[in-house]
Amino acid sequence: MTTPPPSAVAPSSTEFLAAVAARQLAGKTRVFAGVGLPTLAVDLARRTINPGLELVYESGVCGAHPEALAEGIADSVLVSGAEAVISMHALFGYVLQGGHIDVGFLGAAQVDRWGSLNTSIIGDWDKPSVRLPGAGGATEIMPNAGECIVVLRRHDPGALPQRLDFCTSPSPVRVRDEDVRMVPPGHGVSTVITPMAVLRRPEKFGELLISEVHPGLTVQEVKAATGWDIRVAPDVCETARPTQEDVRLLREEIDTVRLYLR
Amino acid sequence: MAETSKVTDLASAVAAHVADGMVIAMEGFGHLIPFAAAHEIIRQGRRELTLCRMTPDLLADQLIAAGCARRLVASFFASGSAGSLHEVRRRIERADPRPLEVEEYSHYGMVCRYQAGAARLPFFPLRSYAGSDLPKLNAQIRKVGDPYGGPDIYVVPALRPDVTVVHAQRADRCGNVQMWGILGAQQEAAYAARTVIVTVEEIVDAEVIRSDPNRTVIPGHAVTAVAHCPGGAHPSYSQGYYDRDNAFYREWTPISRDRAAVLAWLSQWVYEVPDRQAYLERLGEQRWTGLRVADRPSQPVNYGRRASPVLEHS
Repeated sequence: MTTPPPSAVAPSSTEFLAAVAARQLAGKTRVFAGVGLPTLAVDLARRTINPGLELVYESGVCGAHPEALAEGIADSVLVSGAEAVISMHALFGYVLQGGHIDVGFLGAAQVDRWGSLNTSIIGDWDKPSVRLPGAGGATEIMPNAGECIVVLRRHDPGALPQRLDFCTSPSPVRVRDEDVRMVPPGHGVSTVITPMAVLRRPEKFGELLISEVHPGLTVQEVKAATGWDIRVAPDVCETARPTQEDVRLLREEIDTVRLYLR
Repeated sequence: MAETSKVTDLASAVAAHVADGMVIAMEGFGHLIPFAAAHEIIRQGRRELTLCRMTPDLLADQLIAAGCARRLVASFFASGSAGSLHEVRRRIERADPRPLEVEEYSHYGMVCRYQAGAARLPFFPLRSYAGSDLPKLNAQIRKVGDPYGGPDIYVVPALRPDVTVVHAQRADRCGNVQMWGILGAQQEAAYAARTVIVTVEEIVDAEVIRSDPNRTVIPGHAVTAVAHCPGGAHPSYSQGYYDRDNAFYREWTPISRDRAAVLAWLSQWVYEVPDRQAYLERLGEQRWTGLRVADRPSQPVNYGRRASPVLEHS
């Protein structure tokens, strides 16, 4: 078997991150997809490694078959031709809390070493320097999806801090600290994809480890850009580049108007 | 059911049912957002409202900028794909020009609040919030013991709005409301409220509604007033009628950054137009045509009827 030719796109590009995210979906059944880069990743995965992947959106759409790129999770193109559109009460209660989602895609402003997320507040709680969008469905996705993948557009100690300014969506580690009986079924964050590296958290109560370092960067550079003394996975390797076909699909078939590709 | 018409015009419905200081839910999750009703509330100068909306969207930015709401109960403080709501942010981050009270939940937390309200339950349990800082930010999110011996669980209180306002594709004169596409939490929010105002793209004959009863999301018994309001969800969309005006959402971000620009926008698009029809005329034929959707009809289903004629007893 020959290896498909790799693309030379920059590791910080949306194409690179989307292709790395898409690869995480190999063998998965049902993914809770968000807007932006996850939209590209799930579409690419369906066209390459996982044609049967079922796309679920918090707006209530299950089994989406969009004919055009969705601008948002409530886009009409997600509804037309979908396998089901259900109420949000059924979506969050039965589909998500009921345990039918194996992967959730989340974004965040901050991720800590245990994979807890801040999407609410930067700075002081009472007088925030930045008010972020808040919980949305992330606080539900984190405990109830089998695992969560986070895509970060920055890799620096601000985005990967020693300590979160606010915890919106907690890792199972924080839940255990509150009450061991309340530990959720989900693994929490399994993978964080950044412009520098892929961090993985193989243990449900463990820490994120540097698992893949993007081409042209060193483990030391990734450590230096992380807000805590992050450990390195024993089998750390270089992140595989997207294939030329991945990049062609993203640019010429998936996001032809460059809505998310920037 | 008696043939009592609930049809009225939107201005009369708002005048009759929305008063200063009320708790008002205006739902629609990215779809069927009741913009026409929000603009009518702004025109009528309501004050001190508590606005409940899972995703505040531009609608909240506009209502708050116009001085209608002092409190926002919500679960996501941005406008979907198109960035920040700067009027909301200015008030939260800098109390500029006035503070905004915020009561924050997660999406399912808000859905559960409406469900409890609709079913007249005191609260609703959900498997969220353990380990999160959200309960520290919002003391209404509380933990209770499981009386059946399971682990503790977080609960959210029932939400009982004074008024719920929704937009839908169609209703009959009795207020039987049919929607399709993304349904959000509209059914729960409607049953949770004391009064329900619905704006619709079309008012149709009862026979149309009764040809497909499963599509009725809010039965007439839960509806107070119905107003015919085509285009009432713009710049959001009505599945099968017109698409989301994504360009408008992108245009809002720079407007929203500048309070003077927001006020100028409100003058031009809300205060200076008497109703939604005038708003659509100002929007122009060309822009509206650009939002047209192609047909993709569902296959009709057969509800059937008793095959052997049933004798009518008189």
